[in-house]
Amino acid sequence: MFPSRFDLVVAQSVGEAVEAKADAGEGGRFLAGGQSLIPMMKMRVAFPETLIDINRIAGLDAIERANGHLQVGALVRHADVVASDATFGAIAAAAPWVADPLVRNRGTMCGSVAHCDPEGDWNSVLLATGADVLAQGPNGERSIPIADFVDGAFTSTLGEDELVVGLRIPVPSGRSGGAYLKLERKVGDYATVAVACHLELDDSGAISAAGLALTSVNPINTKVADAEALLVGQQPSDELFAEAAELAATAAEPRDDVRGTAAWKRQVVRTYTKRGLAAAVQQAEGS
Amino acid sequence: MAAPTTPAEIGGIGHSVQRKEDARLIEGQGNFLDDIDLPGTLHMAILRSPLAHARINGIDSSAATAIDGVLAVVTGDLMDQHGLAWMPTLSGDTQAVLATDKVRYQGQEVAAVIATDPYIATDALEHIEVDYEELPPITTPQQSLEEGAALIRDEKEGQTDNLAYTWETGDQGATEEAFAQADRVVTLETHYPRSHPAPLETCGILADVNSVTGQATIYMTSQAPHAHRTLFAMVAGLPEQNIRIVSPDIGGGFGNKVPIYPGYVVATAASLLIGQPVKWVESRTENLISTGFARDYYMKGELAVTDEGRILGLRVDMLSDQGAFYSDAQPTQFRAGLFHVVTGSYDFPAAHINCKGAFTNKAPGGVAYRCSFRITEASYLIERLVQTAAYEVGIDPAEMRLKNFIQPEQFPYETATGFVYDSGDYPTALRTAMDEVGYEDLRREQAEARAEGQLIGIGIAHFTEAVGAGPSRTYDIAGLKMIDSAELRVHPTGKAILKLGVKTQGQGHETTFAQIVAEVLGIPANDIKVEHGDTDHTPYGLGTYASRSTPVGGAATAVVARKLAEKSKKIAAHLLEAADEDIELASGVFSVAGSPDRSVTIQDVALAAYTNLPEGMEYGLEDVTYYDPPNLTYPYGSYIVVVEVDPDTGVWEVQRMVALDDCGVRINPMIVEGQICGGLTEGFAMSAMQWITFDDDGNCIGANFMDYLVPTAWETPRFELLATEVPSPHHPIGAKGVGESATVGSPAAFVNAVIDALAHLGVRNIDMPVLPDRVWAAIDAAS
Repeated sequence: MFPSRFDLVVAQSVGEAVEAKADAGEGGRFLAGGQSLIPMMKMRVAFPETLIDINRIAGLDAIERANGHLQVGALVRHADVVASDATFGAIAAAAPWVADPLVRNRGTMCGSVAHCDPEGDWNSVLLATGADVLAQGPNGERSIPIADFVDGAFTSTLGEDELVVGLRIPVPSGRSGGAYLKLERKVGDYATVAVACHLELDDSGAISAAGLALTSVNPINTKVADAEALLVGQQPSDELFAEAAELAATAAEPRDDVRGTAAWKRQVVRTYTKRGLAAAVQQAEGS
Repeated sequence: MAAPTTPAEIGGIGHSVQRKEDARLIEGQGNFLDDIDLPGTLHMAILRSPLAHARINGIDSSAATAIDGVLAVVTGDLMDQHGLAWMPTLSGDTQAVLATDKVRYQGQEVAAVIATDPYIATDALEHIEVDYEELPPITTPQQSLEEGAALIRDEKEGQTDNLAYTWETGDQGATEEAFAQADRVVTLETHYPRSHPAPLETCGILADVNSVTGQATIYMTSQAPHAHRTLFAMVAGLPEQNIRIVSPDIGGGFGNKVPIYPGYVVATAASLLIGQPVKWVESRTENLISTGFARDYYMKGELAVTDEGRILGLRVDMLSDQGAFYSDAQPTQFRAGLFHVVTGSYDFPAAHINCKGAFTNKAPGGVAYRCSFRITEASYLIERLVQTAAYEVGIDPAEMRLKNFIQPEQFPYETATGFVYDSGDYPTALRTAMDEVGYEDLRREQAEARAEGQLIGIGIAHFTEAVGAGPSRTYDIAGLKMIDSAELRVHPTGKAILKLGVKTQGQGHETTFAQIVAEVLGIPANDIKVEHGDTDHTPYGLGTYASRSTPVGGAATAVVARKLAEKSKKIAAHLLEAADEDIELASGVFSVAGSPDRSVTIQDVALAAYTNLPEGMEYGLEDVTYYDPPNLTYPYGSYIVVVEVDPDTGVWEVQRMVALDDCGVRINPMIVEGQICGGLTEGFAMSAMQWITFDDDGNCIGANFMDYLVPTAWETPRFELLATEVPSPHHPIGAKGVGESATVGSPAAFVNAVIDALAHLGVRNIDMPVLPDRVWAAIDAAS
């Protein structure tokens, strides 16, 4: 498979990259891990006129905790997230489920977030845990809450002249746990259904914060806000989780396709929400 | 299993000799088609139809032709001027090379660009304007045969409907009588979905036609280079001595590299017309959407059984989806391949099979994906049906099989459809597998689990294959008899070269065929070079598919080695000054009967063959054999799968997979086990995840590896392998072939296991692939 012709700019700094993007305009695309972009180019679904390679930019490859946050640079590969001991809960649970080892070695967490594929894993996880996307444009850096960033299928609120340079994810200070349950047809496949769960517990054992988000069952990664609201302030129980699972199943509007019927996918959402919340609370209680 | 008769340093039959081909492949020194580069090579890209069914009102290629670096745009009209717009298929139909009138499936070849590099060729495709007039697409064979369905093959003289073929076999009268005597009739209707062999290396060609000499050197991903040479000669009218097909290292075939594809014909014609080499290598998507698919049979099977579970007869009614052209690669006499092996491992007197095939707006090329001509479908149907019958009669599925097996003393056994099974001991095979898996305990655990709301299933398949086509009186492809050959030359230093008519695609011929020679002559296997794939340098043969290499080519190898052993004994007698009949040969040492001290080695004899001969003997130590097998061979196996099904999601997981194979004598047990593990993985793939499907417009879903799923080590279960070894009585070394056994036998075992988990709910069928949503829906419908 042979892509169409394109120019390549190898940026040495974020400034250079942003400038190149301004020069290239609409036809410019940033290249980090390339695990979505390059296959799309090979299949001639994407035809960028200019590729701006950011892989040589120094200082974007750190994943670390600072000021109560997990900070992830634009060149942190999925495999780095798997290997990192700075992660927690749902982030740590989801990392080994992203694609396959080959893709994880090259693909980046920030690239996946920026791509906004509704079948991608990270945006659901971040919708559950909360996160800010750090974007650099010609006029400087800004921070966009993940819920505002994710705008639709393959669309975000990132400006055309901006580059995602990092993520800032709040690390819970008390007892917390998370889970990412993903049903895939085989390793490397997109999720048929996946559920991201994040729970924090207060001293009484009641849920003090809750995050619940769904992958692949809507045209956008979906935060189940009513279920989150239901959970907060309650003592964890099977009945509570079953109720939250019903809300999650209602929030899912999947389609019939080769992966399965809509009715069944909704059933998987229901089952995985129950199981995911149970796993999250178990982890929180043990933390 | 029998112990090897040769020492390890000779490495004859029964030794797990390390694969000779691995070092070069692992170290990147293989030589695949796309590695071959000739000076002045041009590159071809093919424009394919985006529509499943449309009339072509015109093609404008002027903008594409004007692009710098484009030498030519080839259309059907240009091919037609050379009589090559259509070509014959291996099943006696014709197939469009480049469409002239209509496109009949999505992905069909419409035009080809020849350019100086593959990027330019691909760019140019976007500048060819095709004026399509859409026609209603037909996407199922049921639709296709309905009254008033659009005629797909309107160009075909005498064709007034979409029927591709009809075929029936067996004894209808006797079968009806059997059904009249039955206590009950058990019915199973199931679809064996369309799948694709999906070799890791796609198909390709590098055609190099010398414009002065007319010599055509054609490098091609071919499982059957000799047959392809002859077919090229017949189709293109080229003199056969001017055609040399070279099939280099092949990255998997599985039947996909048996047919001749339009791209091969266009590239060769382009090289002939332009006078430069032309290379065409398919993309993954091209491979999946346009080349030989497999299966796609809608099957209705009925078993006549007694209340005691005794099978009296079998009736099968089948409809196959052929796609737009009937281009199955199969023996001429058999319109549905060897499907009539559907009587399986069971002793019953009557069977009748009725089948028809329909044209649809889908890709053509029904090939046997790691299967000896439709045996996979047949084996699947009977093993599913017997399991269903067990539930209906109310006896254990293992017991049902044991009750109906052909018994060891019944071999050779003639089936109700006319196969003569050569040998086997089915009860021992099944009981051995049952003991290994702990069958009785598992049934107890299953009952206990059910009481707890857990779903455990135990699935059995006991398959019998018919491989090694085949005897010339019955088997030919496009008129070419399915014999095969081996030529063996022993050099003066005692090393040898073996030249084969068959062609490996990863099966390990370079190792195992050397071991056959090592067994007979005692020349170490590592001293024997095996050459194959180059038609100028190897004797004629029909190629490697249908598990025929060992049964036919392997037999030829044993026979030619024995011929040389006979000559060698005479030379040894001369060297030892003994009588010919007193010479004994064991592991490469010729000794005089009764005086073991008087001996010479095969290496001594080889030198003498060129230096010191008995009077009147011709110099040299070489010969060639063409082997016409007296019968097919009949490998079999007993597979048992244990699964656990998640009742909340329908997701099922394999807990155990015990696979006992009997493929007769095992030449290289390690390679046999590798073949079985590969085949089991493909069987698991088809049962669990793999299919090519189409939407109502005829768009192919499964056009890349994101949608067409090939399991990795992650999802593939662990396999526990067992063996018995009942030799084939008619094969020179008792081997039966094993390449396809596991693909043939295992899908029914996996599916039966899932059905078994749900059998108490009344579930009898879930079509493959057994996707979790189908399982969940079946549970939901039953409860």
